[in-house]
Amino acid sequence: MTAFVTLAYLAASICFILALKGLSHPETSRRGLVYGMTGMGVAVFATLLLPQVTTYGLILLAIVIGGSIGTVIAQKIEMTALPQLVAAFHSLVGLAAVFVAAAAFYNPESYNIGAAGAIYLGSLVEMSLGAAIGAITFTGSIIAWGKLQGVISGRPLVFNGQHALNAFLGLMLVLLIILLCATQAPFYLWAIVLVAFALGVLMIVPIGGADMPVIVSMLNSYSGWAAAGIGFTLQNPLLIIVGALVGASGAILSYIMCKGMNRSFISVILGGFGGEQAAGASAEDTDRQAKIGSAEDAAYIMKNASKVIIVPGYGMAVAQAQHALREMADLLKKEGVDVKYAIHPVAGRMPGHMNVLLAEANVPYDEVFELEDINRDFGQADVAYVIGANDITNPSAKTDSTSPIYGMPVLDVEKAKTVLFVKRSLGSGYAGIDNPLFYTDNTMMLLGDAKKMTEDIVKSME
Amino acid sequence: MSNQQNVNQAATDLAAAASELADKAAALAAQMPDAVQQAAAAQGVDFFLTGLIIFVLACFVGYHVVWRVTPALHSPLMSITNAISSVIVVGALIAVGASAIGISKWLGFFAVLLASVNIFGGFIVTRRMLHMFKKKEG
Repeated sequence: MTAFVTLAYLAASICFILALKGLSHPETSRRGLVYGMTGMGVAVFATLLLPQVTTYGLILLAIVIGGSIGTVIAQKIEMTALPQLVAAFHSLVGLAAVFVAAAAFYNPESYNIGAAGAIYLGSLVEMSLGAAIGAITFTGSIIAWGKLQGVISGRPLVFNGQHALNAFLGLMLVLLIILLCATQAPFYLWAIVLVAFALGVLMIVPIGGADMPVIVSMLNSYSGWAAAGIGFTLQNPLLIIVGALVGASGAILSYIMCKGMNRSFISVILGGFGGEQAAGASAEDTDRQAKIGSAEDAAYIMKNASKVIIVPGYGMAVAQAQHALREMADLLKKEGVDVKYAIHPVAGRMPGHMNVLLAEANVPYDEVFELEDINRDFGQADVAYVIGANDITNPSAKTDSTSPIYGMPVLDVEKAKTVLFVKRSLGSGYAGIDNPLFYTDNTMMLLGDAKKMTEDIVKSME
Repeated sequence: MSNQQNVNQAATDLAAAASELADKAAALAAQMPDAVQQAAAAQGVDFFLTGLIIFVLACFVGYHVVWRVTPALHSPLMSITNAISSVIVVGALIAVGASAIGISKWLGFFAVLLASVNIFGGFIVTRRMLHMFKKKEG
C-alpha cells in the first residue's frame, strides 16, 4: 500500500511540474491548471489510503469548512485586490506549515520519526526550520497584506537598531533550535514559533509599498521553502519536490522584480526605500511649467494619430479604469488607429498584475507587450497614453545619476510625438521621486481621476 | 544419596545457567530499542541524502520551468504555486487521521482547514484569471 502511495506522489509531482509548464503560454495555461488540480487530488486521495490514516470524519469536516471559505473568497474577490489576496493566502500556508510541524512533534510515531520525547535529531532540526520559516511567512504575509490593503501605512517603518534587533532574533532562533534538539521540550518549539512570528513582522515593516511586488514574490518563495522543510521532516518526497518548485518560482519572480527596479534583493530586504525623498525633490521645480490639457484635446490628438501606445500603472487599478480604457481603445481601433499596451515588469503591486486587469477588461493578450518587446516602438508612436503610471516612465532613471531610481529600466514614453499623462495632480510618484517628463514640451498633462478622464475622452470621441 | 546429590547439583547448575541466559537475553532485549532506533536514525540520515538529491533536482526543474513562464501570466503563476504549496495538507492529513486522540490531531485539523482554504481559493482564483486571457477575435 505504501509503495502505491509513493507512486501516486510521483504522479502528483509530475502533474505539478506540468501545471507550471502550461503557464508558458495563455493557450496551454488552462490545461496546466487541470494538471495542477489533478495533482492535488491524487496527492490527497493517496494519503487517505495510508495505514496511519484511520478516521475520516474530522478530515472531511476540515476540508468542507476550509474549502467553502476558500471558494467564496476566490469567487468574490475583485481582480484589483489580487495582490492582497495572494499575500493572505501565503500567510495561511505559513501557518499550516507551523501546525504540521507541531503535529509531527506531538505525534512522531505516526510519521515514523521516533517516539515522543525521543525524536531523531535530524527530524527535529528540519521540523524547527519548517516551523520557523512557516511562522515568518505567516506574520510577514499578514503585514504585506495590511500594507497592500491599506490597513497599515505603506510607508516604510524604520527605527534605530532595526537590523541589530533582527540579527539578535535570528541568533535567538538558532539558540532555541539547539535547545529544542538537546531537551525535546515542547516549550522551545513554541518559543521558536513566537520568535519567528516577531521576525516576520520586523522583516516586512521597513519595506515600502513600491517594493511590495518583490515582497509578495519573496513570501511566495518562503511558503515553498517551508513546505520543503516539512517534507524533509516527514520524509515525504512530494512535499520536497513541490516546495522546491514553489520556492524556485518565488525566487525567480523576486529576481525579475528586483531587476525591473534595478535594485539588489538585499537593499529591498533592508528596506527604507521611498520614505523621505519626497520633500526634497518637489521644492526645486516651481519655475517649470507643465502643459495642462483637457479630455477634448486628448481625444482630438489620439483620433488623428496612427499609432497609440497605452502605458498602464497601479493608478489605473486603483481607479478601476481598465474597462473605460478598453472602450477608448476600441473607438480608436474603429478609427483605424493602431493600439498597443506596454507593461513594465513592476507596474502594479504584484508580478503580472496589469496583464490580469487588462485581460479582465477583455483586452486581447496579443495586444499587450512587455517592456523589452515594445520599448523601440515608442519612437514611431504618435501618442503614449500614460495612465496611473509614473516612476516606470521617469526619464531621470536614464539621465540623472543622483536619482534614487537611476539605472532602473523605464519605458521610453518621451520618444513618442505626444505624451498624454493622466494623473491626479503634479505630485511625485509612489517612490516619492519627481518626474521631469511632466514639464517637457511634448507632454500634455491630463489632470483628474484616471477612470473619469478616460470616460470623458471616450465621450468626446463619440 | 550421592546420586540424588548429583542430580540436585546438576539441576542447580542448569537453573543457574538458565537464569544467566535469561539475564543475557533480557540485556540484549533491553539493547534492542537502542539498536532499532540507531538503525532507524541511520535510515533518517539516508533519507536526508535522498531528500537532498530530490530537493536539488526539483530546484533545477523549477528553475527551468518557471523561466519559461510568460511574464503576462506571472500573477496566475503566483496563485497556482500558492495553491500547490498547500500540498503540505498531506502531512496534516496523517495527523488528523491518526487513531490517537490528542493535541496533534487538533493541530492537524487546523492545518487541513487552512490548507483547504488555500487549495480551493488558489485554484479557483487562478481559474478565474486564466479564463480572462483571450486572443484577438478574428
